[in-house]
Amino acid sequence: MLNILWACLLIVGIITAAFTGNLEAVNNSILESTQDAVELLIVMTGIISMWNGFLVIAEESGITKQLTRYMCPFLRLLFPHLPPSHPAFDYICANFIANILGLGWACTPTGLAAMKQLQLLQQQRGRSPDIASDEMCTFLILNISSLQLIPMNMIAYRSKYGSTTPFAIIVPALIATTITTLIACILCRILQNRKDSP
Amino acid sequence: MKLLHFVSIFFIPFFLFLIVLYALLQKKPLFDLFTKGAKAGITTVYQIAPTIIGLFVAIGVFRSSGALDLVCNLLSPIASLFHIPTPILPLSLLKMFSASGANGLLFDLFKSYGTDSYIGFTASILLSCTETLFYTVSVYYISAGVKKTRWTIPAGIFLSICSLWISCLLTRYFIH
Repeated sequence: MLNILWACLLIVGIITAAFTGNLEAVNNSILESTQDAVELLIVMTGIISMWNGFLVIAEESGITKQLTRYMCPFLRLLFPHLPPSHPAFDYICANFIANILGLGWACTPTGLAAMKQLQLLQQQRGRSPDIASDEMCTFLILNISSLQLIPMNMIAYRSKYGSTTPFAIIVPALIATTITTLIACILCRILQNRKDSP
Repeated sequence: MKLLHFVSIFFIPFFLFLIVLYALLQKKPLFDLFTKGAKAGITTVYQIAPTIIGLFVAIGVFRSSGALDLVCNLLSPIASLFHIPTPILPLSLLKMFSASGANGLLFDLFKSYGTDSYIGFTASILLSCTETLFYTVSVYYISAGVKKTRWTIPAGIFLSICSLWISCLLTRYFIH
């Protein structure tokens, strides 16, 4: 699906550009977007390495294990087929906490570690590593539904652009996040039980 | 509100302080662990670099060619049925692909409509309640070596549409 989508973006884009005379803009944007990507990657290298470093400290000193214990009842609802003491739980839990606290950059290293563990589990179950498991889909959907409690970045942007009430979005954003997260949980529980699961 | 600002500044340093203190009390080799983790972090970024470059180029072409606006114009009659203003549509679509692209567009909306306008407020909520769908899907799945994503993308798109609609509803409730 990703392959098709990526190709569609490029093909539709280039055809549109040819008809609207935006080919020059497209040429510029190719150069610009690769530059943007590399700039982002440079920023990411620093921040992700830092968070990953602290993640390993938290892991080795047992903080993540302890947090997982508190969040376990909730996580068991979402991941009913994941063995209770599986290491994937620790990373999923660390990832959700990073998401809830709005630690943006700390989410990617924990998330990738969780995916790796889920992939190992998939292999232990003797299933094809090419196909996403229910746990992976659920984990991804919850990550997409933003669990962040207080949108600190957004408040900063709003006050930077002259808002008289930059904090006014806290309550509606919290309500919106709660609703989307609930929808995500329900959606995952419905889709998990479908027969086509590999 | 001052308190909230205070919390936001002290939050990350305090978080790191707690981790370090806890590990110190456990007599762990802190710096060794940190460097071990940071090394793995660099490898992580190296692994996801091709995905990010590919995504950025595709979305850059799609946006600069005018195709994004074209798609938004096609979708706007449907959106207006749900009282979703047209200027919000490109933001919602862009947010699926890149957070930095969406932020750039958000600033444009702030400049042309104002942060506290209907559009500015909806945009603020919208970007606070969703994460970048295709970035997350491609980075996570490609790093795990998964090729068939099953129901992730349809469910993610459904969720994005829900969040768009919810943002508009909440704005109407909170502003008027």
